[in-house]
Formats: sequence, structure tokens, C-alpha cells
Amino acid sequence: MSNQTKLVPTPGQTVGPFYGYALPFEKDNELLAPGSPGSIRLQGTVYDGAGHTIPDAILEIWQPDAEGNILKKTGSLVRDGYTFTGWGRGAVGNSGVFTFTTVNPGPTKQVPGKPAAAPFISVAIFARGLTNRLFTRIYLPEDTEALANDPLLRSLDPERRKTLIARRDADGGLTWDVRLQGEGETVFLDFQ
Amino acid sequence: MPEETNAQLDTDESVPPAEPKAAHMPLDRAIETQADLSAEINALGEAYARALKEGSSAETQPRLDYPPYRSSILRHPTKSLHHADPETIELYSPAFGHQDVHALESDLTIQHNGEPQGERIIVAGRVLDGNGRPVAGQLVEIWQANSSGRYIHKRDQHPAPIDPNFTGIGRCITGPDGSYRFTTIKPGAYPWKNHLNAWRPAHIHFSLFGTEFTQRIITQMYFPGDQLFPLDPIYQTIVDQDARDRLVATYDHSLTEPEWALGYNWDIVLTGPKRTWTENEALGAAGDEE
Repeated sequence: MSNQTKLVPTPGQTVGPFYGYALPFEKDNELLAPGSPGSIRLQGTVYDGAGHTIPDAILEIWQPDAEGNILKKTGSLVRDGYTFTGWGRGAVGNSGVFTFTTVNPGPTKQVPGKPAAAPFISVAIFARGLTNRLFTRIYLPEDTEALANDPLLRSLDPERRKTLIARRDADGGLTWDVRLQGEGETVFLDFQ
Repeated sequence: MPEETNAQLDTDESVPPAEPKAAHMPLDRAIETQADLSAEINALGEAYARALKEGSSAETQPRLDYPPYRSSILRHPTKSLHHADPETIELYSPAFGHQDVHALESDLTIQHNGEPQGERIIVAGRVLDGNGRPVAGQLVEIWQANSSGRYIHKRDQHPAPIDPNFTGIGRCITGPDGSYRFTTIKPGAYPWKNHLNAWRPAHIHFSLFGTEFTQRIITQMYFPGDQLFPLDPIYQTIVDQDARDRLVATYDHSLTEPEWALGYNWDIVLTGPKRTWTENEALGAAGDEE
């Protein structure tokens, strides 16, 4: 029974400085065990508008598995070491660097009639001084044709588009930095 | 454990070490007074009231660019958020269940050998989406200061006592009707270094998921009648009074338990959803109660 009353959403607030004893948990940033077959390192640095690294930000990633399946598996908070749930949480360290162990997201099944979307990882960013969470995406760099056809990327200037595409590291991992403000400011998304 | 920031950081939100004289020493960054900050807060509030009168639509979320909250100055995007239609993974949410959260994690007063100090309270309510549907079987996380306004965090150096019987972390999974319920201690107000004599109103941090990742939110719940509301640059990042009111719990005597705890009710409404629901999902949790 769809009740179509539109309710006004509750406002967000900053995560503040003291989430560090509450939000992190064991293996929070290990969507699968480091070194397991197919695993990659996703890493990056979070910068403020002065180009300084931010030591108190926390990121969440949410992604399909390597075959492009969107999973509905529980067990992200108490990981069994084998089940890939697609979700992880990673706080930056003192140098502003975050790290996840995950897989390259596969292309999800296409909606008929819609242009192909390139595979991406969905990201939510929280930080002290950031009054509300920010959403963005991390695209894989390889499939340039899919990137060229991606509806979101196509709607962006080439300069800004770059901020959503990760670099491939020599070890097969991905590097993707976040710039909250200023030159090279990351594209953040509004879904409303 | 993954994250442990240390005390040497340039932290404009922690206060000086708990040495007797430290609290009275001049603070480098805290040369601005509450009067300076209140003038800025009020000017922004008045400008917003004028804009409303002239026909602007009401704001429902905090401003990312809100200079009175000093640490936001270099941390807000300067370009407007880019409108996007949520796609694929964004239209779904991670799943949490009883493997992830133990039932006892919703009681913050039983995590140690003794009873924590302070006023025992029950905080309960429902998580709904923008269409008024309950968000069932989803994760709710909270964290808070103890009754004297002290967080169990290395960077909180506020010289108020730590309570060995209170950590201040709770989790639960919402029921089929979107309900959540925590037993905890009413947190104290705490000082921070945004400006001289800056105090945060008592609050509990809430972290919530919906049925789609675009509904993800972290926010703070406040207590009714707090005299610090007009003075607090974080609460005031939301310039609209009706929107601010949505963060304030209601005292609810029907939740209060005799000779045990006072009850507060607070419902949370998420954005969206955007996905076209299947018939099963539309039936809600009543359809799959397992």
C-alpha cells in the first residue's frame, strides 16, 4: 500500500570530531581479505581547500561485485572473511589517507532503453567541518568507451569529469583522491 | 583498530589538556567571543528570513557553506552539487542483520560492570522514507558524550570526568515498522574551540541507512528546550527553524518507565526513495518478517 504522503526529510549534521571510537569496526575497510584472489587496494587522500590533508574524515563505499551483481548479503559489520557484501567503511589516518581492500566493480545489468553506465563505486564522505555528507562516484579508468557514454560523466566538463575517474596503480590497485574545495574540487552529487 | 587520531593534531574542536591552569590560558584560535559569533549567526538568520519573505523556498538541510562553523570554511565544496539521477548500485542499500548487531547493543547502560552516572533515558522512534514507509531491518548507530559531557576519545581533552561504566556507543536494527529503541544516559553539553566559551548543546549522533544508498545520513538528535540552541554554530548550520526543529526529540511520558527512565521520542525521515519498488518491497516488512 503505497502511501504517497511526501514527508520532509530530517536534516543531516556533521559527523564531528569524535566518531573514531564509534563508527570504525574490525575489518571495516576490508570488503575481502587483503591478498585474496581478485582483491585490489583502493586508496586515496582527502584534501581541504588549502591543499592540506584532512586527518578526520571517514568514507563509505558501496559497490557491485566483480561480476556486476548488486548484493543483499548481511555480515558487513561482523565479517566472516569469505562473504563479499559490497559495503565498507574507512577512516583516514593522520596523513589523510584512506585504504580499502575490494574488487573492481563489474558492469551491472543495463536497464533496457537506457545508455550503458560505466562501472563505478558509490561513495559517501563524512568529516569534521563538513556539515552534511557528500556523495560521489569512483569510476574505473579502463573502459574509455563506457566512460564516454556514461550519462553522468557526459554531463560534466572534461576538467571536472577527471575527478571521478581513479588512476590504476602498478600493483593493480586504484588511487582516487578527494578534494573538498578549490582547484580540482571533486564533483559531488545531488540526487534530489 | 583502523582509526586512532592522536592528540598532537591541530584540532580546533578539542580543548586543552586537563591541567588545572589550562582551561584559563588564552587559546590561540579562540580569540573570538560568543557575541562575535552570535552576530554572524543572527545576520545569516535574518538574511534567510528576508529571502523567505521574498518568496525563496524553505531550506531543509544544513548549509555546506556556513562560516560561523569555522572548521567548515576550508571543507565545503564551492561548486554547487551536481544533479544526478541515481543509478544501479545507488538505488540499493547495504544489508545488515542480526549477524551484525547483537540485541544488547541497544542498551548503553549495560556495557560495563556497573551503572553509568547520570540520568537514564530511553530514546525511541521510527525511521521512515520520504513516502512515509517504514525502513525495516536497517542499521542505526549512535554515539554520544557521557553525562558530564566527555567523549571516550583520545582527542576529547575536556577536563570533565570519564565514566568507567559508560562508553557511549550503541547500535540496533530497526523493527518491521521501522522502529528503533535505545536505553542510555542523557549526555551533557560540552565545550569546544570554535570560539571563546563555545558549548555544544547536548546531543546524540545518529547514523542511518535507508533502502537506497542515496538515503544515507549522519545527523544529531537534540533535547527539547536547550538554551544553547541559538548560540551553537553547528545546530545553526540549518538556517530554517522548522528544519532545525526536526532534530529535536519530544519528551514522551508514554515512553517513560516508572522508577526507571525518562522517555524521548524522535522519528527520522530519510530522502527518496527513487527506485521503482517491486510488489514485495511495496508490501513492506510485513511481507517478509523473518
